[in-house]
Amino acid sequence: MKNPRWNPYLVGALIGLLSLLTFTIVNKPLGMSTGLAQAAGACAMPFLGADKVAANTYWAKTAIPTWDYSTLFIVGTVIGAFLGAWLSGTFKLAIDSKVWTDRFGASKPKRLMAAFLGGVIILYGARLADGCTSGHGISGTLQLAASSWLFFIVMFASGILTAKLLYGRPAQA
Amino acid sequence: MHLPLAFLTGTGLLWSAIGFGLIFGFLLHRGGVTDFNVIVRLFQFRDFTVLKVMMSAIVVGGVGIALLHGQDLAQYHIKPANLLAVGLGAAIFGVGMVLLGYCPGTGLAAAATGRLDALAGLAGMMVGGIAYALTFDWVAANIIPIGAYGKLRLPELLGLPEWVCYAGLVVMTAGIFALVRKAEAKA
Repeated sequence: MKNPRWNPYLVGALIGLLSLLTFTIVNKPLGMSTGLAQAAGACAMPFLGADKVAANTYWAKTAIPTWDYSTLFIVGTVIGAFLGAWLSGTFKLAIDSKVWTDRFGASKPKRLMAAFLGGVIILYGARLADGCTSGHGISGTLQLAASSWLFFIVMFASGILTAKLLYGRPAQA
Repeated sequence: MHLPLAFLTGTGLLWSAIGFGLIFGFLLHRGGVTDFNVIVRLFQFRDFTVLKVMMSAIVVGGVGIALLHGQDLAQYHIKPANLLAVGLGAAIFGVGMVLLGYCPGTGLAAAATGRLDALAGLAGMMVGGIAYALTFDWVAANIIPIGAYGKLRLPELLGLPEWVCYAGLVVMTAGIFALVRKAEAKA
């Protein structure tokens, strides 16, 4: 429990086994972004009003803002990641990452703004695609869903292109 | 069907969500994929941790679900192949993932390990989720129906038997891991 980094092949295999457990025990695939869209509905209530949220087609039918399996799974993920960091003594409040600061400097507001904007973009994309790296990228691809393999390939291509535009040719590390 | 399938319901189901999520979050942290550097370097071909984790999960989960499905112990949950919506969404997603440096799951997990940039990303995700809900009616009318092929799976698409596709998945994963090993040996 002390070693903060496990072999990634092992971790992947364990995530695969976890997905099999959820498929059989609760008949649900692993997924993240539906729950986040439900949470977004809850966040929207103070601004838009509960009536407007309830009347919205998407929140009424697909991502109902309530405590259910998807939203509680998110709570579990937060607890699990916190425990992982805490038990290995790697919990630390931080903003900077080497790859970012090497390219864009140490400005914290700049990093936070970019992260916020990235968050807006990524969840819009995830909802439009009807899944994210977990829902499509793992759960969907392992079921050989055509939509999920399309997501996987396009997401990688777009990420590679974006990394090239943002970071240019990486210095050999 | 002789199902122990989906035997948890009600409160048990809700508790299990926390339990399964807890394992998932713990594994994401231990896998090292809650690190901004690891995620961005993936797209620069400098760090293959994410690919190793994802492909291992896919191949273990894939072979497993094929076996379970054959025994009526699991059902498929296939997302519809709405080509324009999925393609466009994935392209937007890739941009967001590089800018944010996390995906929705790893971002959430990273925030729980103390990453404040991931927390800012989560706030952004809430705005992105609201934006999607507010534009959903338009998207549902104009984007989702374009190139909509329903719940299509690769065996149907390619006209190949189920087991051939899963065998192909295993071979492809082995090939990817061999390439990764080669790239890492070079670096």
